[in-house]
Amino acid sequence: MADLTKGPRGAKPRKILSRRNIMLYGILFVISVYYLLPLYVMVVTSLKGMPEIRLGNIFSPPVEITFQPWVKAWAQACTGLNCDGLSRGFWNSVQITVPSVILSIAVAAVNGYALSLWKFRGAETFFAILIVGAFIPYQVMIYPIVIILREIGIYGTLWGLVLVHTIFGMPILTLLFRNYFSSVPEELFKAARVDGAGFWGIFLRIMVPMSLPIFVVALILQVTGIWNDFLFGVIYTRPDTYPMTVQLNNIVNSVQGVKEYNVNMAATLLTGLVPLIIYFISGKLFVRGIAAGAVKG
Amino acid sequence: MSTSPRPYRLLRNLNAKIASVPMILTALVIFVGGTAWTVFYSFTDSKLLPRLRFVGLDQYERLWSTGRWLTSIENLLIYGVLTLIFSLVIGFLLAVLLDQKIRFEDTFRTIFLYPFALSFIVTGLVWQWILNPEFGVQNVVRSLGFTEFVFDPLYDPDIVIYGVLIAGLWQGTGLIMCLMLAGLRGIDEDIWKAARIDGIPTWKTYIFIIIPMMRPVFVTTLVIIMSGIVKVYDLVVAQTGGGPGNASEVPAKYVYDFMFAAQNLGQGFAASTMMLLSVVIIVVPWAYLEFGGKRRG
Amino acid sequence: MNSVKLALGLLASVALPSVACATDLEVTHWWTSGGEAAAVAELAKAFDATGNKWVDGAIAGSGDTARPIMVSRITGGDPMAATQFNHGRQAQELVEAGLMRDFTELAAKEGWADIVNPPSLLANCTLDGKIYCVPVNIHSWQWLWLSNKAFADAGVPVPTNWDEFVAAAPALEAKGITPLAMGQQAWQNAGAFNVLMVAVGGRDLFMKVYGDKDEAVAGGAELGPVFKAIDDARKMAANSKVQDWNQATNMVITGQAGGQIMGDWAQGEFQIAGQVAGTDYTCLPGLGMNEIISTGGDAFYFPVLSDPEASAAQEVLASTMMAQATQVAFNLKKGSLPVRGDIDLSTANDCMQKGLEILAAGNVIQGSDELISPDTTTQINDLMSEFFNDPAITVEDAQARFADIIATAE
Repeated sequence: MADLTKGPRGAKPRKILSRRNIMLYGILFVISVYYLLPLYVMVVTSLKGMPEIRLGNIFSPPVEITFQPWVKAWAQACTGLNCDGLSRGFWNSVQITVPSVILSIAVAAVNGYALSLWKFRGAETFFAILIVGAFIPYQVMIYPIVIILREIGIYGTLWGLVLVHTIFGMPILTLLFRNYFSSVPEELFKAARVDGAGFWGIFLRIMVPMSLPIFVVALILQVTGIWNDFLFGVIYTRPDTYPMTVQLNNIVNSVQGVKEYNVNMAATLLTGLVPLIIYFISGKLFVRGIAAGAVKG
Repeated sequence: MSTSPRPYRLLRNLNAKIASVPMILTALVIFVGGTAWTVFYSFTDSKLLPRLRFVGLDQYERLWSTGRWLTSIENLLIYGVLTLIFSLVIGFLLAVLLDQKIRFEDTFRTIFLYPFALSFIVTGLVWQWILNPEFGVQNVVRSLGFTEFVFDPLYDPDIVIYGVLIAGLWQGTGLIMCLMLAGLRGIDEDIWKAARIDGIPTWKTYIFIIIPMMRPVFVTTLVIIMSGIVKVYDLVVAQTGGGPGNASEVPAKYVYDFMFAAQNLGQGFAASTMMLLSVVIIVVPWAYLEFGGKRRG
Repeated sequence: MNSVKLALGLLASVALPSVACATDLEVTHWWTSGGEAAAVAELAKAFDATGNKWVDGAIAGSGDTARPIMVSRITGGDPMAATQFNHGRQAQELVEAGLMRDFTELAAKEGWADIVNPPSLLANCTLDGKIYCVPVNIHSWQWLWLSNKAFADAGVPVPTNWDEFVAAAPALEAKGITPLAMGQQAWQNAGAFNVLMVAVGGRDLFMKVYGDKDEAVAGGAELGPVFKAIDDARKMAANSKVQDWNQATNMVITGQAGGQIMGDWAQGEFQIAGQVAGTDYTCLPGLGMNEIISTGGDAFYFPVLSDPEASAAQEVLASTMMAQATQVAFNLKKGSLPVRGDIDLSTANDCMQKGLEILAAGNVIQGSDELISPDTTTQINDLMSEFFNDPAITVEDAQARFADIIATAE
């Protein structure tokens, strides 16, 4: 994957309105509808009042647009006694996500680098264990990890949670980086060694700069996983550091009489906003990263 | 390409070893240690807290005579096989479509990828709603005049697992597409040129030349898909709660429910040990071939 | 541990959970529905009035979501100051492991043994002669809630017992009204079954099955009418497609459904909706058959804390929860009955008065939570959830499987 070059490689482009193009865009359009439908439903629903939801069908656009559900989801929805909606957990989520993402990606990148270019005896065995570890359901590990965190003395702290995210992000991320670095042309690596660069020197000055695309993929995986995590966030922290998903769960699961679908949808969209924004931004980076990665080795 | 270790002295590869300490600790302490702990306690009659009162294989006997567990296994098999096939096929086809030098590639890619930004909890809720016969698709089609139209997968025990599948694919295929796309872009342009000169049809080039070259990408993708399948939990909880009845139960949910709701840790551990065992049987030989021993990178 | 926290905190300058001010007590619970939240607010208000501060740690999604979190926190060495559990067998092991505070002295000082009624509530908090929890309310499951509007619409009189209700079902259905509202969660299905066992089968039968765990009775003819009743319930609830219990209650409130078998906590929902007992809705304790109610309920446990000031505040909280004024305010909102026998609840509505009378007459029964382990409960939940959702399961199959569960029950 090292010599990622100039963009698409399919058959050469032809006339714009060729039959092939019509089919191609037709198919893409139909598929897009399937993917967009739920988002459309969420947005439309979140802008309706409850009576309208009861009567109309879920696909019809709102007759009377109201932003009340959004206001409620963000600032008023109650969980027990706390009626300040999602806003309560937003900052906590940021504080959890940023260090967790940075640490987990950093550790995994170094792992992948060591595994692909600086192999040592036994390294592959540990890696194989790690891969098997990717298949272990998280729930099984809850108690062992409670015990470990308690023994280290960081149970209930932010750092305990960061550690947990780093551990569970490690298998897949390490695999990604390992595969990526494995495809780096060997000459590049050898040349750097001849120049006297060491383990960290090669990593920081050569590998990291040419690995933007894979960092973006890792970023996407981790931001999503960690931002959306509920289980670890609620078990390994305490209420004053609960992430946003805990409030989301509380809003969605505490029914006060009638299920307020509009508030639920607004809360859902608000919670998903950060990963969504990251996607929109990094989606471009993703492409640019691939183009930039074309430093021919 | 071979990057096999030269006989550096212990000291000269020391950096790599130091850098791998987090990985080694995670592999040994968390994954091996935690697993061993779980297996060990599955032979006890631990209830709310782990305790050492051994009961031999009692937990396993009970497990395999419980209807709900058997249903869970069956569901996982159906869900797993179908998810694997559809994720790979859809992911690859989407990637190929996007690789045709199309306009608006950014837009389409974002459309396919955005569901991945939303958590399984959210995915489950949205699809629960779209598939709800009172508001969702069924209602809309009926209001168009097809009054006999029936589409309520989430309320029909025979097909509920397919309702879960629709949602799971919607959420996950975008990422697979992205990985595949990165893989396709990593293929050297010369390969395409050569194939074109030889007059090999495009579809043949994909199947016989490109796909084999994308092996590392497929490996990564497989690990991501399969580990997701084994761990499927949140989606089911949010979308169906395991219902109707226990028609959409999955093993991870069985583990969780018995560990915590039923306060029968021993039973939960026995179930998770069975899950681990099946993972080990499937994954370890393959992981060994793929990652273990002396191999090309 | 604190030095580690401090060091890490300085290192990263990321806000760490601030070390709680001595009189801030974090209380976890899973009361998040409208009526429940209003009731918790009363507890918090009473505690705040003592100069301390109630830090609310609500976790939505029923006890099954919340309990693993609570147990992890306690075993992980970072306990909350107080936490809700259904008393009975759920917290027993935590007590045995020495993780919970002993309130024997406080109880003796305030004379809990004399005021708590029925005494079984305190007995459930007692292990080896020591008291480890504070019961806050009595919840009884054995209620049938009927929508007067639904029956008026259907043109039939409001039933006075389960049999009449079953007989009225066709009239309701003819008007497009779902006879029985039933949330599709397993605990609700199983709850209805247990209620029918007491209502149709009576106290002795219930005790033989769950108290003695008599397999022969569970599989025998005596339980036949109970299974017949649950089969009726299954048919009557066939069109009920809601999930949560309070969504089902809402069907009754709005007259979309004829009735619901649900515990007295449903009362809180009627109250929030501004409904009046007797005119808008009717309640039948014991389903109008056997007027017996169970006395399970909620209790608060107090994990052992190292901070002496917090420990002192825990005692204040325990005492506050037991106080007369708190008991009245809390239980009126929650729709449950107070744990003290010496309370004047003349302000309570019709339904609660009925409950109090039954309680005073001593027509009580232990809740299933107190008699069988959570493990057995889960198995029964699974069975009933399957039964309700799959009409293909015959009554005989279900009873045979039920007998198997009882045979291995603890």
